[in-house]
Amino acid sequence: MGESLHTVTALPTERQPGCPFDPPTELIDARQHGPISGYTHPGGKPGWMITGYDLVRSVLADPRFSSRKELMNVVDFELPPAPPGEFLLMDDPQHRRYRKPLMGRFTVRRMRLLTERIEQITTDCLDAMERTGPPADLVTAFAKPIPTIVICELLGVPYQDRGSFQEQIDTFMGGASSDEELIAAYTATQEYLAKLVAAKRANPTDDVLSELTDSDLTDEELKGISLVLLAAGFDTTANMLSLGTFALLQNPAQLAALRADPALTDGAVEELLRYLSVAKTFMRTALEDVELGGQTIKAGTTVVLSYHTANRDPERFTDPHVLDIRRQDTGGHLAFSHGIHQCLGQQLARVEMRVAFRALVDRFPTLRLAVPAEEVGLRPETADIYGVKSLPVTWGEES
Amino acid sequence: MSSTPLRVDRARCIGAGMCALTAPEVFDQDPEDGLVLLLHTEPPTAHRAAARMAAGVCPSGAITLA
Ligand code: HEM
Ligand code: SF4
Repeated sequence: MGESLHTVTALPTERQPGCPFDPPTELIDARQHGPISGYTHPGGKPGWMITGYDLVRSVLADPRFSSRKELMNVVDFELPPAPPGEFLLMDDPQHRRYRKPLMGRFTVRRMRLLTERIEQITTDCLDAMERTGPPADLVTAFAKPIPTIVICELLGVPYQDRGSFQEQIDTFMGGASSDEELIAAYTATQEYLAKLVAAKRANPTDDVLSELTDSDLTDEELKGISLVLLAAGFDTTANMLSLGTFALLQNPAQLAALRADPALTDGAVEELLRYLSVAKTFMRTALEDVELGGQTIKAGTTVVLSYHTANRDPERFTDPHVLDIRRQDTGGHLAFSHGIHQCLGQQLARVEMRVAFRALVDRFPTLRLAVPAEEVGLRPETADIYGVKSLPVTWGEES
Repeated sequence: MSSTPLRVDRARCIGAGMCALTAPEVFDQDPEDGLVLLLHTEPPTAHRAAARMAAGVCPSGAITLA
């Protein structure tokens, strides 16, 4: 091999100041050198960092790369396999066994039927925000409650349990201040879901979880599935809504265009998904030696796939670092991944985002940040899902 | 003009719905199991570009233009 291999040493814990929406400079640089770079996992194990769109996509479509948790070769102790039902970290045929009974419940058609209900939930949130503000924290007033209520209704969490359940999942998805707190919230959520599964089996109601009790899945497996739906569906959507609003406020011409023309809403959602890629990176482990972009990935080695950098690949997207809601080339973006693990809830997420962004821009024509942009608190790059910690906004006459 | 018959492989399909989203005139999803349903094996010209795009974005390679 003539070319020298570019190596990504350590990833920064923060993004470049002033560029809250762009992947870290180290990864953008890596892409410039080539689609694949050498990389050492934070746990010390040697691996690869893949930043090129075509190469990320080809790994995701390649059954020689595994999602199994116990095969992730990143730390010097062995990881346990994913618990029953947690199919995000399994390969086929186990993965398909769990995904299959869910697929009919997340179709484009079925998710569109939820539009009216999601509009109602959104209206309620915006009414409350208008009553108590300005100002408001867009995260707690808007971005979190909408996907939380949607997921609670999907799982059939009874109304009286929602408050405490919401607090638990909030703590274990990014709000925890200590490890003990995190473990406590995680355990509480697990226990709650176990109780919920038992309750649905005894008294089925009109929700996805109850429907699933009518299958050969065990209670343990149903608990795992519920946890995946929760973990995958709540924080991602919430961060898309809050970071997406931040991005629109920082791109006033785009925001004005969106506000003026409802027909741009669907395209704006796809472009925000691409541009922000809040589910930044996932990993796969080679099951055999694989030739990839001129390198040999040895069996057992784990590669990091940077969905956020791949979605800014200049060979795939024109002016990739520009937010352009009229862009024609967003189709095929990797914000929901590709291959057999491509997001099961994407059609639901699309409906949520289309409804929520539309309603927000219509309701508050003068929406703006209530603090200077540099003061908006961002999640560290080490968080699984990227986003803002809070987003202080205001509206009405300038004071 | 040569027509390109479409094929779908329901054993590969993962019910992601990209086809039904991209080319609703050509693809739907089974309401029971979420798997792809082909509405036209030889879509009218007006929908052919969309069908081709759907084949391109299908995450599981379940759609082929033979
Ligand atoms: C904008 C919001 C969302 C984003 C950005 C997102 C992103 C993703 C990504 C990138 C993956 C694949 C991970 C991989 O490649 O291994 C995934 C998988 C998944 N997502 Fe989403 N997601 C979102 C919303 C949702 C919602 C609302 C739900 C359900 C209620 C959901 C449920 C799932 C499930 C169950 C999986 C696992 C699929 C499998 O392994 O077959 N997601 N999501
Ligand atoms: S896009 Fe592909 S995987 Fe998704 S429903 Fe259609 S055929 Fe199935």
